Amino acid sequence: MSEAYDQEALRGPHVIEYPFRRSCGPVLSRFFSGLRDGKLVGIRSQTAGVLVPPAEYDPQTAEALEEFVDVGPAGEVVSYAWVSSPRPKQPLQRPFAYALIKLDGADAGFLHAVDVGGDEASIAIGTRVAPRWKAERVGHITDIECFVPESEAQPAPPLTEPVEEPVKSVTTPIRLEYDFRAGKAQSVFLRGLAEKKILGAKAIGGDLVYVPPRGADPRNAELTPEFVEVADTGTVVTYSIVRVPSDNISFDLPYVCINVLLDGSHIPFFHVLQDCPLGEERIGMRVKAKWAPDDQLTTSVASIEYFEPLDEPDVPFDQIREYC
Amino acid sequence: MTQRCGVIGVGQTKYDAKRIDVSMPGLLREAALRALEDAELTWSDIEAVVIGKAPDMFEGMMYPENYLADAIGATGKPLLRVHTAGSVGGSTANVAISMITSGIHDRVLTIAWEKQSESNAMWGLTLSPPFSVSVVAGAGGFFAPLIRTYIRRSNAPEDTGIRVALKDRQNAHKNPYAHLKIDDITFDQIANSPMLWDPIRYLESCPSSDGACAMVLTNESLAERTPRKPAWVHGTAMRSEPTQFARRDAVNPMAGRLAAQDLYKQAGIQDPRKEIDCMEIYVPFSWFEPMWMETMGFADEGEGWKLTYEGVTALDGSRPVNMSGGVLSSNPIGASGMCRYAEAANQVRGLAGEHQIDGARKALGHAYGGGSQYFSMVLFGDTRP
Amino acid sequence: MRDVAIVSFAQSNVAVEDRNEIEMLLPVAKEAIEGSGLARDEIDFTCSGSSDWLQGQPFAFVMALDAVGSWPPIKESHVEQDGAWALYEAWVKIQTGEVGSALIYSFGKTSPGDIAQVQALQLDPYCGQPLWPDLDSLSGIQARSCLEAGVVTEKQMAEVACQALRNAQSNPHAVRKGDYTVEELLAKPYRVSPLRDHDCPANSDGVTVMVVVAGDRAKQLCDRPVWIRGFDHRIDPPALGVRDLTRIPSAALAAEKAGAADDKLDFVEITAPYSHQELILRKEFGLADDVQVNPSGGSLAAHTLMSCGLNRIGDAAVRIAAGGGDRALAHAGQGPCLQQNLAVVLEGD
Repeated sequence: MSEAYDQEALRGPHVIEYPFRRSCGPVLSRFFSGLRDGKLVGIRSQTAGVLVPPAEYDPQTAEALEEFVDVGPAGEVVSYAWVSSPRPKQPLQRPFAYALIKLDGADAGFLHAVDVGGDEASIAIGTRVAPRWKAERVGHITDIECFVPESEAQPAPPLTEPVEEPVKSVTTPIRLEYDFRAGKAQSVFLRGLAEKKILGAKAIGGDLVYVPPRGADPRNAELTPEFVEVADTGTVVTYSIVRVPSDNISFDLPYVCINVLLDGSHIPFFHVLQDCPLGEERIGMRVKAKWAPDDQLTTSVASIEYFEPLDEPDVPFDQIREYC
Repeated sequence: MTQRCGVIGVGQTKYDAKRIDVSMPGLLREAALRALEDAELTWSDIEAVVIGKAPDMFEGMMYPENYLADAIGATGKPLLRVHTAGSVGGSTANVAISMITSGIHDRVLTIAWEKQSESNAMWGLTLSPPFSVSVVAGAGGFFAPLIRTYIRRSNAPEDTGIRVALKDRQNAHKNPYAHLKIDDITFDQIANSPMLWDPIRYLESCPSSDGACAMVLTNESLAERTPRKPAWVHGTAMRSEPTQFARRDAVNPMAGRLAAQDLYKQAGIQDPRKEIDCMEIYVPFSWFEPMWMETMGFADEGEGWKLTYEGVTALDGSRPVNMSGGVLSSNPIGASGMCRYAEAANQVRGLAGEHQIDGARKALGHAYGGGSQYFSMVLFGDTRP
Repeated sequence: MRDVAIVSFAQSNVAVEDRNEIEMLLPVAKEAIEGSGLARDEIDFTCSGSSDWLQGQPFAFVMALDAVGSWPPIKESHVEQDGAWALYEAWVKIQTGEVGSALIYSFGKTSPGDIAQVQALQLDPYCGQPLWPDLDSLSGIQARSCLEAGVVTEKQMAEVACQALRNAQSNPHAVRKGDYTVEELLAKPYRVSPLRDHDCPANSDGVTVMVVVAGDRAKQLCDRPVWIRGFDHRIDPPALGVRDLTRIPSAALAAEKAGAADDKLDFVEITAPYSHQELILRKEFGLADDVQVNPSGGSLAAHTLMSCGLNRIGDAAVRIAAGGGDRALAHAGQGPCLQQNLAVVLEGD
């Protein structure tokens, strides 16, 4: 095993974030419109009584449900868990309970948060609770901030600007944070980039070199522990011209995306071609990495800013055909 | 095969960019109910459900099928969730078929779906981890260089892709479920549409769609007693290979070739060029029609484009391809493969409607995914194998 | 039904794994394949289980193909579920007669994200997920329901954890183990009341790999093949408020359909990420008092999400193969409060 594998893998923060927009359909539209108006509505099922939030289909028979029933707004706690250290996205930032609440007139429990002032002793199974409504409601589950003891609850304040239109969709932002680890082989490659070197992994029993190293030779699932430096020059084996914008892309449009076979390696490496007039890009053209200034080299593919044309004759297609 | 399997019900939703009229459960439900109605069965007749979709990140849910269990009548039943990248709609159906051919179940519902409008596929497909730089934008960014290679290798005329797109976009007008229908579409309109990932033009690309597709499968004895004609499964095949390795041919991948050979062997097909009447194949970018025609053995290497050029793959050609308008016209990613299967099944059932091929007796369904590395195929016949 | 045997099994579980999924999988896949006595190209079918949410990357399973040998192209499939369901798909495939052997694998890294919080994405996306309940809290609600109904006591929950951590001492793959008294555990603070740390899963990073072979070929390959005698899985409705949280009906149904009660069970390996769930499952499976539960320590000792169910099945098979019993039930469960459950009955030759 290569010494490179003894080093700890590179780590960095990775965030997945998107404001998902969910269309409601008729049943949930009725529920969310009700929340906006400060009301709770359930639906009568065949096998499980009145359900809140209303389900579109019976949980046992799958038959479509349609009989709406006004419920609550108060109800009683049927079970709960006490969250003593709330997480950042959770509804309350002091100790609270997640609870199943059986709203008056409903049969199934409704999941929400319960605020009892941070005092666990103030909640029990059977505790009567009612919603703490937001003043400005948009038709969202969080129009109810949380439930509170019934005696403390206030009716939903009227909206300053009432809306007639039913709620058709809800936005539910998701943000997850990860402590990403790059993998051992990938880390060797990335550390190389910070030193202006392109390191590939050598496949066992042959002279094939993979850039970037994948950790294994995918053909036979053998580890590729030996690393070799390859050139920062190579041949364009194929390309496309990107003219469509994307949030994740930082290059100005249009740009040429190339699959480049680096000299000394045997799988194409994806990057972009710049300093080349549009229309001159072609299969077989020779290119060279344009490195970031020394003080900006990092353990990232961004250490190579782009590839630029090299003043050398093109490589004939037949010589690179099997790498295209 | 222990048991023969027949498709006795097919259901598709209307495909659209944003199906804001329904919830996610409502979307699946629409396809599943139509399949049950086609089969004249009810929820309680179904023994097991096999469901598929592409990455969960598109909808921001983990185990989405668990949340959907009661909407699709799966409560108290086995529910299996398949995910094999873009080929998933096909492989989900293949797994469902194996539930029947193994003799384990007699009646199975299979559903594939995607509700792309909940997020944005370009976002979902281009999530870059730390230390990397996104150079490829979406699926088109990945596949455009492969198309370039195909053109270079085959010397295909540059307008081949336009011709494929024109055919599929015209076919879509005959499909009531199709998402993208462009009135009086012309060659010039496609040719003049913006380049997105050169050589792929806007109108040579698939749309982003919401939609679901479902099929009801049964064993032989039940299929023989079904109210409408069944589509008999003559064979299924799946093959996978790694994304990238030295000297991998990603334009004409070995996995695609082996899957086709396996399929023909199971179905007793000696010469696919003569024995298969029509097909629905996974063409998200128009150039993949000639590419897959070669991979599946309908043309010699480098000559797939001639089939398009000569009109062989047209609706009135000798071997029509994507009669429904295909993925170019409707692309609910995770369902797109099953749509191909469902359309192929309906051809041999004689129930394809306006885009029915007269006398279609053997129809092929095909899906691919990942970096052209996952392949799922099916061959349906109008008679028992 | 064709007889199918588990002929080889290998795993790796650690609290925090520095290697990526491919690097974790490589040596374990190799160990399992070599242990089967089959060459890679003699294994007809491959099926895996994983979830993209663990590492926050779509198509993570595609890269994993690099680690298991997929050239020349293989017959392969993947479920976005625990690897136990991948085993089910492979078992079905073998029943079709099209293939005679299969490689099954699963992998998961729970360390990169806040895994209990990530699993809020399992809930109703309209009304449940936006409140961001973590899985510990949801399981706490279930535990409270059980306590209130008198189905379990906190002392019994501590006893479950005590036994699991003790059993884990002989399991080299356990990431949490130790010798504690019930009193010691009950003296510890709550994490999410009524759950204490030891009532919650010992989250780990790992991979699980298995080889199964049909019929006589299995007998040739190993001294004591461990046969799959029954196999089933079922699902309950999603809404927690609709379910009787003191019950897990789909687990009982799956075990019944798998024939668990047809004969005496020597031990069980079950997926109970939270201690009270073991107590519910014992009842659902109708286990006699003398049936040993989770000799491996189970999820309270090591819980690699997406892999743990397959791990339980493999642990049970290894134990039977080594003569530690003749007949066992192995169980996998996933989803909030174990919504979906799978049961396999294993027998030694």
